[in-house]
Amino acid sequence: MSARTAGGRDPGLQPERTRLAWRRTTLSATVAAVLAAKTALQGGARPAGAVAAALCCALWLCFLLVAHRRIRALTASSTPAALAPRYAAAAALCAVATAVCGAALVI
Amino acid sequence: MIEFARNLRLWFVPQEIRREGGTPDYRFSLANERTFLAWLRTALALIGGGFAVDQFLPDLRWGWRVGLALSLLAAGVLCSLRAVNHWVRCERAMRRGEDLPVSRFPALLGLLVAVVAVAMVVVVLVGWEG
Repeated sequence: MSARTAGGRDPGLQPERTRLAWRRTTLSATVAAVLAAKTALQGGARPAGAVAAALCCALWLCFLLVAHRRIRALTASSTPAALAPRYAAAAALCAVATAVCGAALVI
Repeated sequence: MIEFARNLRLWFVPQEIRREGGTPDYRFSLANERTFLAWLRTALALIGGGFAVDQFLPDLRWGWRVGLALSLLAAGVLCSLRAVNHWVRCERAMRRGEDLPVSRFPALLGLLVAVVAVAMVVVVLVGWEG
């Protein structure tokens, strides 16, 4: 590729920027998961609340796993392959499931 | 709707997307991925906002509190589903060398957030008086 420095590094630092975007997104997911856990455990540990909190934690771990694998793929190569659709779908479905959990808790 | 169902298949069958057109410059794919992640963060922020309304406005009447929280959570769900769908459509357009898809979703989301924000101001003011 013509747009490369002598070291083989992308001068626009695209893989790094994408990696940091994944990091920011995991931070957002962490905030959402903490708020979800607070909602779930409010007013004592009822069984339903505990289940919802555990579910939100599991979803957060799923999201971390997806992000971790993608970050590893991004750092492994200087011209990383495009994101696999199932990773994108998994990340988005984690967000959706957290929202559904939240809706069940709020009502 | 049929278009959406077809895109939904592409979410889980990555081979099909690779069958179309040629692989674009990896930088374009990464830019598309970052846009997807930015939309996903927006969705997560909306979901977090829904939880926050429920948690930090406890003096509101039940109906208002739950209504606001649910609308924010629903916006988060819509936003994250749309994020994947738009990412798939952009990826396919880039492979085929077509124009990127246009969308009225940003305008709709902006309007929805504005409405919820105004509702929240009204609700908080009225709630404090009563």
